[in-house]
Amino acid sequence: MKFDKPAGTNPIDRKMVIGKATDRIDGPLKTTGTAPYAYERHDVVANQAYGYIVGSTIAKGQIASIDTADAKASPGVVGVVTWENAGKLGTSHWHTARLLAGPKVEHYDQAVAIVVADSFEEARAAAKLIRVQYKRADGQFDLAAQKASATKAGDGADSAVGDFASAFASAPIHLDQQYTTPDQSHAMMEPHASIAAWDGDKLTLWTSNQMINWAVDAMSDLLLIPKENVHVMSPFLGGGFGSKLWVRADAMLAAVGARVTGRPVRVTLTRPMVFNNTTHRPATIQRIRIGSDKDGKITAIGHESWSGDLPGGGPEGATNQTKKLYAGANRMTALRLAVLDLPEGNAMRAPGEAPGLMALEMAMDEFAEKLGMDPVEVRIVNDTQVDPENPNRPFSQRNLVGCLRKGAEAFGWNKRNPKPASVRDGRWLVGMGMASAYRGAPVMNSAARVDIDRNGVVTVATDMTDIGTGSYTIIGQTAAEMMGVPLDKVVVKLGDSSFPVSSGSGGQWGANSSTAGVYAACMALREKVAAKLGLDPKSAVFENGTVSAGGKSAPLTDAAGLSAEDRIEFGDLSRKYVQATFGGHFVEVAVDAYTGEMRIRRMLAACAAGRILNPKSARSQVIGAMTMGAGAALMEELVVDKRFGYFVNHDLAEYHVPVHADIPHQEVIFLEEEDPTSSPMKAKGVGELGICGVGAAIANAIYNATGVRVREYPITLDKFVEQMPRVA
Amino acid sequence: MNDDNPIGINRREMLASGFATAAATSVPISAQAKPQPADQPNRMKVTMTVNGEKRTLDLDTRTTLLDALREHLELTGTKKGCDHGQCGACTVIVDGRRINSCLSLAVMHPEAEVTTIEGLGKPDKLHPMQSAFIRHDGYQCGYCTPGQICSAVSTLQEMRDGIPSHVTADLEGTPPFSVDELRERMSGNICRCGAYSNIMEAMLDVAGERA
Repeated sequence: MKFDKPAGTNPIDRKMVIGKATDRIDGPLKTTGTAPYAYERHDVVANQAYGYIVGSTIAKGQIASIDTADAKASPGVVGVVTWENAGKLGTSHWHTARLLAGPKVEHYDQAVAIVVADSFEEARAAAKLIRVQYKRADGQFDLAAQKASATKAGDGADSAVGDFASAFASAPIHLDQQYTTPDQSHAMMEPHASIAAWDGDKLTLWTSNQMINWAVDAMSDLLLIPKENVHVMSPFLGGGFGSKLWVRADAMLAAVGARVTGRPVRVTLTRPMVFNNTTHRPATIQRIRIGSDKDGKITAIGHESWSGDLPGGGPEGATNQTKKLYAGANRMTALRLAVLDLPEGNAMRAPGEAPGLMALEMAMDEFAEKLGMDPVEVRIVNDTQVDPENPNRPFSQRNLVGCLRKGAEAFGWNKRNPKPASVRDGRWLVGMGMASAYRGAPVMNSAARVDIDRNGVVTVATDMTDIGTGSYTIIGQTAAEMMGVPLDKVVVKLGDSSFPVSSGSGGQWGANSSTAGVYAACMALREKVAAKLGLDPKSAVFENGTVSAGGKSAPLTDAAGLSAEDRIEFGDLSRKYVQATFGGHFVEVAVDAYTGEMRIRRMLAACAAGRILNPKSARSQVIGAMTMGAGAALMEELVVDKRFGYFVNHDLAEYHVPVHADIPHQEVIFLEEEDPTSSPMKAKGVGELGICGVGAAIANAIYNATGVRVREYPITLDKFVEQMPRVA
Repeated sequence: MNDDNPIGINRREMLASGFATAAATSVPISAQAKPQPADQPNRMKVTMTVNGEKRTLDLDTRTTLLDALREHLELTGTKKGCDHGQCGACTVIVDGRRINSCLSLAVMHPEAEVTTIEGLGKPDKLHPMQSAFIRHDGYQCGYCTPGQICSAVSTLQEMRDGIPSHVTADLEGTPPFSVDELRERMSGNICRCGAYSNIMEAMLDVAGERA
């Protein structure tokens, strides 16, 4: 099904199932520990051996020699694989650094060997007996030191409209500030894990991966085998947040280990290895300039961002949102990329916008203060309904103003005292902050197959994944709505490369795209059903297990055995319109006047993100992203050892993420919205919107509470405690 | 099994593993002591009651309680998130108290009563905490969920038993029932999907309170 015209009224608009707050259909499995994750598949293949990966202890250089003799002689060891005996391996365009080092080492904890043994304990013990001799080379590990050497980050790195320089210079009000965000880790709860088994030259891989089709593609390229010989399954993932968009060393080395030893091999990355072996969100240095008239209308806005990556890598697109969020006739953005020999930088939840808005929305708060305007009002006067870089291109829907007004009202923003450090509650300094949220709403082609059995059960199969996003449930809801059956008559099968290729999960495109694919397959099935039952497909109504048209009706079970597959193919609506999601974040914090200890007291987000398919799981996506944003604001930082080039705090005790005690009750308001240009579902996505801007809202609240502005994230108390107001 | 060496590590192995760690740095090869291949692993039988059923395992003594459950009893509901006692995904209830099963060797638990998530309820017969998590959407990816639920059940019991926490002001008497108490007690269980607010609702629901 081509989707190249805005959707008219369609069966989803009935909203009998779609749009209703619905418990997850995979809930009983997840809450009882019976949902099978990748490393847990004792059931799928016999005689599994355990793999244990050894990582490089240098960041850059060469492997001079690897002595595996003692490891091979260690009890229970089935085999040891290094670059010397792995056989010929290909490269995949999905990876910047290779998944197995040798002889070149590209980053710390890049895999150098896998030990395969009968038990986990034996594999781990033997791994410690491997001796690697390196020739260490000097590397570049410090973004600030390499900033001057950074170059334009490819085509599209820069944008310019009007004459930014002179407009900024002549603006009566102007702000010019630098902000920094650190390297961050996805730190999803399930480390990357895989089981690989060969049957002749055919590979089966049970893994934890967000994008099944990319995984097939990469495994084919890495192992130099045809795609049709790769079967990937990933029905449940213990989180991903971008870290599992691409197969990692666990998958490749499980496959190589199994190929070399002749045994099925299961591998999990250890938790400490996840941080340096896999990808991370790169650190940024950002400069923001905003100029305006005294009425607060922006006349010039500029945003530059510097980040680093391995040679051949890409930039963190921290200027993305600044191209679209606020009006202003004169504008510029620029992305600069330095070469760093740290582990591979790549996508983490809302890549670009998440760190970009941490800077931009703090700048807007500072700008509002310079103007003497309310931060909400400054954002409202700079709203735009067209792409500010291309005024001929409208937003398909844009209700930023609604989000800000509704959020402010629900939060009680009017009680905020704009004068910093002026509200006390006992020993606590109390402040409020807010920020806009912006995240694009990309779409991806997505296919599904739907069939009906003789009990009237509708089964959907698609290689879509559920990474905690609620895909099982919204796909079930879509099929239930389309085929006129209750949700408990729908079976959803996901995450298997033998199913039709879906959008996968990433970039918050999954919900809208994958359900649109299910919609397309259901439309095809409805036509077949109507034809078989002798009913007019155009006017047929599917409801309560019955199909009716023209005064005639028949039970859906009369169409048992029918099946249809189709794919939603998105046309150029996303070029004609800017498709994006919007929100307003509001936060209240308390800072201990004596110690600087920070507590988040309240968080509220108002979101406009198209039709909300399942308000229950969508709300969870938003509060989860707000929680991750709280981590980004207050604690998350991969600390770089600038001498040896690795992330020092590579575990969950040292890389701090929010825990229960850090997070208050959270509120989410969804504004009514349906976007007919987005898909037949009229939905967009919320999985990443929630993290966009929330960090700045927290930072702005801390400023309002204390009068101290910290522009280097995370805002840990060592950065401001000395500047705290004197305690009266 | 050498009775003089109940934990099954000999001096040579200790040294070997110590040298192996040193060898992982880029010390010149001539300066490295040669690690020795390990002896055959020590094995030991342990019997415990898991979810009401008596189970006897013959284990490599290095096997954690977590891996005994996941790899030997194939009770994979208990999750491995860090294997270091930092995330709480492996929380199980042993002799009535929650522990991180990754920080404990299986052979340390002879005759123990172990309850895992599978022992609390099943998909068609849910424990009240499991259904509350579903009702309040107290999870997303589901990987920390069994640990959160085992912790939540234990937390409410610890409150009833009058066990104080870090935020309990008065160490004598029953700790006050409050979300601050619950959040403090649950903070050893990380949820990276960020379902904390919903988990609180689920716990309050089970405890008969409202947020």
